[in-house]
Amino acid sequence: MMRLPYFRYHAPRTIEEAADFLARSPDDTMVVAGGTDLLPNMKRRQQVPTTLIGLRNVTGLRQIRHDDGARIGAGVTLAALVRDARVRAGYPGLWQAAAQVATPQLRNMGTIGGNLCLDTRCNYYNQNHEWRKAIDFCMKKDGVICWVAPSSRQCLAISSADTVPALIALGASITLTSAQGTRTIPLVALYRNDGIHHLTRQPGEILTAVHLPHAVGWRSSYWKLRRRGAFDFPVLGVAAAIKLAANGTIEAARVVLGAVASRPLDVSAAVRPLVGQPLTDEVIAAAAEAAARPARPMDNTDFALHWRKRVTREFVSYALRELRGDDMADLRRRVARQLVL
Amino acid sequence: VNVIGKARRRVDARAKVTGQTKFADDLMLPRMVHCKLLRSKVPHAQVVHIDATRALAHPDVLLVLSGRDFPVPYGILPVSQDEQALASDRVRFVGDPVAAVVARDELTAFEALDLIHVEYRPLRTFHDPAESLAHHEPRIHDYGDSGNIHKIVSLAFGDVDAAFAHADHVFEDTFFYQGSTHLPIEQHAAVAARDPDGKLVLWSSTQTPHYVHRALARALAMPAARIRVIATPNGGGFGGKSDPFNHEVVICKAALLLDRPVKICLTREEVFYCHRGRHPVLMHFKTGVKQDGSLTGLQVQTLLDGGAYGSYGVASTFYTGALQTVTYHVPAYRFHGCRVFTNKPPCGPKRGHGTPQSRFGQEIQLDKIAERLAMDPAALRLRIVEQPETLTANYLRVGTIGLAECIRRVTAAADWSAKFRKLSNGRGVGLACSSYLSGAGLPIYWNDMPHSGVQLKLDRSGGVTAFCGATEIGQGSDDVLVACVAEVLGVDPLDVRAVTGDTDLTPVDLGSYSSRVTLMMGNAAIQAAERAREQLAQAVAIKLGVAPNRLVFAARRVFDAEHPDHGVAFSEAVCLAEAMSGTIGTTGSYTPPQSAARFKGGGVGPSPTYSYSAAVVEVRVDLVTGWIEVPRVWIAHDIGRALNPPLVRGQVEGSVYMALGEALMEEQTFRRLPPRLSAALVHKFPSMLEYKSPTTVDMPEVFTELVEHPDPRGPFGAKEVGQGPLLPVMPALANAVYDAVGVRIDEVPITPEKILKALDAKAAGRPARYGPPDFPAIAWPEALAVPPPWEGGDGTAITQRPSALRSNASGDGGRTADDGAQAIIPRKPGEAVPP
Repeated sequence: MMRLPYFRYHAPRTIEEAADFLARSPDDTMVVAGGTDLLPNMKRRQQVPTTLIGLRNVTGLRQIRHDDGARIGAGVTLAALVRDARVRAGYPGLWQAAAQVATPQLRNMGTIGGNLCLDTRCNYYNQNHEWRKAIDFCMKKDGVICWVAPSSRQCLAISSADTVPALIALGASITLTSAQGTRTIPLVALYRNDGIHHLTRQPGEILTAVHLPHAVGWRSSYWKLRRRGAFDFPVLGVAAAIKLAANGTIEAARVVLGAVASRPLDVSAAVRPLVGQPLTDEVIAAAAEAAARPARPMDNTDFALHWRKRVTREFVSYALRELRGDDMADLRRRVARQLVL
Repeated sequence: VNVIGKARRRVDARAKVTGQTKFADDLMLPRMVHCKLLRSKVPHAQVVHIDATRALAHPDVLLVLSGRDFPVPYGILPVSQDEQALASDRVRFVGDPVAAVVARDELTAFEALDLIHVEYRPLRTFHDPAESLAHHEPRIHDYGDSGNIHKIVSLAFGDVDAAFAHADHVFEDTFFYQGSTHLPIEQHAAVAARDPDGKLVLWSSTQTPHYVHRALARALAMPAARIRVIATPNGGGFGGKSDPFNHEVVICKAALLLDRPVKICLTREEVFYCHRGRHPVLMHFKTGVKQDGSLTGLQVQTLLDGGAYGSYGVASTFYTGALQTVTYHVPAYRFHGCRVFTNKPPCGPKRGHGTPQSRFGQEIQLDKIAERLAMDPAALRLRIVEQPETLTANYLRVGTIGLAECIRRVTAAADWSAKFRKLSNGRGVGLACSSYLSGAGLPIYWNDMPHSGVQLKLDRSGGVTAFCGATEIGQGSDDVLVACVAEVLGVDPLDVRAVTGDTDLTPVDLGSYSSRVTLMMGNAAIQAAERAREQLAQAVAIKLGVAPNRLVFAARRVFDAEHPDHGVAFSEAVCLAEAMSGTIGTTGSYTPPQSAARFKGGGVGPSPTYSYSAAVVEVRVDLVTGWIEVPRVWIAHDIGRALNPPLVRGQVEGSVYMALGEALMEEQTFRRLPPRLSAALVHKFPSMLEYKSPTTVDMPEVFTELVEHPDPRGPFGAKEVGQGPLLPVMPALANAVYDAVGVRIDEVPITPEKILKALDAKAAGRPARYGPPDFPAIAWPEALAVPPPWEGGDGTAITQRPSALRSNASGDGGRTADDGAQAIIPRKPGEAVPP
C-alpha cells in the first residue's frame, strides 16, 4: 500500500498554541483537521509538509452557533453540518452542497474548514509520485509545465470544493487567526484564480470560523454534476441564492460556479439583469445563458469539456427553477442518484 | 435432496463477516521484510543501465534485484512466454517492473526506489492498434505473427459469401468496445518464505495456484516439488489474478536469497498496471438474414488492442469469435481476428473473456435487424435460438438451452410488450441475450489429465475433509465443494471442512477461471463422495443386514430406505467402514468430454455445456443533456440447477453491477502528452476515484429470474453463473437508449456526451448514431476452411496449410500461417515455447 512519509505531529489544545506552532516554520508546516484531503495527498507526495498541526483537540472549533446568522466552527464535520436542522432550514444551498460531498464516511471525518481549504485538483496532479514522474511532473508540484495547456504560464488546477460556491452565494465570510491576531474577510476573497496559490491565506494563518448572514428572505440552492452518486468531486457546481420582493420579483440574486476555474467563479454580475423581474422561463433561460458564459472548463477532470460547458446553463437553470419553487425532486434524484432534498 | 437447491449460509460467511478471513496482506511472519517494485516511467525503451549503488548503500535496504536475476521468461500460455519478472533489456509500458527493492519496512523500500537510477534509450511508442498495424518496426516483441501483430486468424465454416448472396438482407455494422479493468477491492498481495525444510512457500491472492506453481518452477529454475503455492482467499478476482505475476516471482527469489519472509502488497496504481483486463475491441459484423428473421450467414471481424504482453491474448482473440454460434443458429460462419501489441498494460481475461465485446456487436445488430424486418426483438431471437444437444457450425457441442425460456420469463417480468416502442420520449427498454461456457474444455497447457481433483478424508467423528485445488475468490467455490460432498454423504455442510487452493495439500484444480469450478470440481466432488458412500454402504449393509443399494444417506444417518428407523449414525458408519477396509479416503476427478473441433484454433470455445441469459434494461435519457439513468434491470439466467440460490443470485446481481460499469462509465484509457514536449504515454487515471465504476447508489433495481432445467453434464444439473449474466446487459442498455431517444450508440461506455452528439447528428439530418466510423483494412490470411457438420464435415480443416495468400486491396499480403495456437489445438502436445 501507499505509505505516509515521516512527519512531526503537534496536537495543541488552543488556537493560540496552534498559531504559535505554525508561526515557527509556516512554509513546511500544515494544519490538519479531518485529513481526508491532506493525508492521501501526502501519500502521493503531492503535499509534503514536515510538520502537521492537528486541530482535533482545539476547543471551540467544533461548534455551530445560530444567532443573527450563523457561526460555524472550522472543525465542524460535514456530517455534523448536514445534521444541523437550522442549517438545513435556513441555508438549503449549503446543506445540499455539504450533503453531496464524497461519501458518508468521508463526511464523518472531513470538516467545513478543510473543505474550504481543499487543494485544487487536476488529472495531471492528483496522481501518485511514480505516475507524475512518468510525465516529468507539472508546475503545481516538482515540474515546470502545465500539461492541461502547455502554453499556460499559470497552473489550471480546479477549485473542487462543494461548499465554497454555496457559501459564497449565501454571503459568507471567514475568520483567519495567526500569531499576529485575527482578521475576518469575505469568503470570496480567500480565493485566487491560480491553481498553485489558490488561497490568499497567509502561511501563518488558520481558518477558524465561517460566518453566515441572516437568511431571512433568501432562498438558496446547489446543484452538483458528477458521474456517480457518491465519492466524486464536482465537475460542475452551481450555487444560487435569490431574495424575492413581496411582489414576487427578484430583489437580489447571486450565482456562483464551482469546478470551472482555479477559484470559485462568482457570476452574480451576469445575473444582475434579473433584479426587478419575476422568475419566468424566459428570464431563467437568459440568466442561465449569461451565467454559464464565463465558465471555461478545462480537460483535466471527468467528462468531455465541451459537454460540461454545454450543460452549465442547464444546471444554472435547474437551480433557478428550484428557487422559483418548481418541483425538481425527480430531476434531482436522477442527477444526484440519491435523494438530496 | 437435503442441501442442494436450498438457501444456505455459505460455509465461509462467518469468517468473512467477522473479519477473520486471512487475506494475503493479513499475513505477518517473524523476520518478514518488504518489497517494492521500481516500474518503468517510460512507455517503450531499451534498458541501457541500472545503477543501484545508492539504494544498496541504504542501511535498511537488504536487496536490490534487476532483470539480470531473472533470465528465464514465463507467461500463462505456452505460446506466449514473453514476460520477465524484471525487465532485463526492454520496458514496454509505463508500469513495467524494472527493479525491486527489499527493505526492512515498506516505506523504506518505497523511498529507496528513488535511489535507483535507470538509463533508458527510448523507442517508438505504439498507442493504438492503428499505429501497431501501420508500423512493423520496432517490434514490441520478437515473436508473434508479424511486425506488431501478435496473432491473426481466419476461420471459415461453410460458404459465407453464398449465404450472403442468398439472404434477403445483409447488414453491416461496426462497433467498438472500450477496455476496462477488473477492479477487485483487494489489491494483489503475496508473501514468500522458505519453510523449515528449505522449501519455498508462496501465499498469494491468485485465482490459479496451479499455473503459478508451474510458472515459478520455470522462472526460478527450481524443481516444482520444492515449491508450494497457497492461494489465499481473494478479495475479488474477475480474471485479474489469473496470470503468474512479476511480483510473485520477485518475492520468491528474494525470499530464497535472503532466507527471510518477503511480502509485497501492490498499490491500486500497480493493480491497474498488472491489468489483464478487457481488451478494447473494434469489430465488424456482417449478417445475412431471410425475411422471416432466420440467419443465413455471419462474418465477424475483430481487432484487439492487446497491450504490451501476450497474457491470455491468443485465447482472447479466438474467444471474440467463438460463441456467436452457441446462442443463435448460424448456418455459415466466418471469423477474422487480429490482436496487436501496444505500449500499454497487457490485456487478458476479464469476466466474459473476449466474448462480451462481440456479444455487444451481435445483440445490437439483431436489434437493428428486428427493426428493419418489423419484428419484435424478442420474437426474432426466439426464432433463431440455437437447438439444444447440437453441434454448431464451428463444432461446439451445445447441451441444454434454456434461452427461449429466459427470453419469455424476462419479457414477461419486464412487461416488455407494453413498453417496447411504447414509452414516452426519453424512456425506453432494450433486450439482449447471451451464452457462456461452463468451463473451458481444454487446459492452458496440453495434457491428458483431469481438470479437477477432489480428495476426501472421512473421520471417525463423522467429520469429512474435502481437499481440492480450487480457489475461493469470493464466488463461493468452497461452499459448492462442501455442498456437493454433504449432499452425497447425507451430512450437514458444516460437518465438512474444505481445504482448498494449496499445491502441497490439495489435488490439482486448474483454477478459478472460465466459469469452470462448479461444474468440474462439483463433478469431481460427487465422484469422490459417491466412492466414499459406496465403502460406507458396504460396511453398514453388513451391520444392518440389508442390501447396500437400499441404504439412504441423509440427516447424518445411514438407514434402510424401507425402514428409516433401522440405521446407524454417519459417524458409526465411518467407524464400521474403517474397521472393515482401513482408513477411509477417496478421490474423484473430472475431465471434460473430447471436443468435436479438430482444427487449429478449435481449442477455444468447447465446454461441457453452456449457460444462457436474457436481460431487459430500462433507461431514462434526458433529451437536453443526454444524462442517462437506469432505473430497472430484469435478467433471467439458465443455471441448470441452483446449488445454493442466494449465491447464484449474488453472481447474477454482481454481473449486472459490473456490466453497468462497462456500459456506462468504465474506461481503461491512456493519455499521450504532446509529442513535441514529451514521449509520455500514461494510464489516464489509475485510481479508484477517477477510474469511474458505479457505487451502490448508482445501482438500479434488479429482478432476477432463475431458469432451472438440470443439465446432466453438471453436478446435480448445475451450469455456470459467474460470467454469463454480465454479457446481455451492455447491449440491452444500448438497445434501450435507441428505444428511448432513437439514436444508436455503437460503443461503450455509453455516456451523456455521446448520446448528445448522436442527438445532434440526428437533428442535423445525419445518421443518428455515435460509434466507430469504419473497420480498418487488414490483410487477413487465407481462412482455414472447416465444413460445418451439416455439410459432412468431421471437425477437421480441409486447407491445413495455405500457401496461396489472398491479397488485400490495401494490404500487402505476404503473411504466413503460423503455429501460434499450439496450446489450444486439441490433441497436439505443445510444451512451453520460449520466444
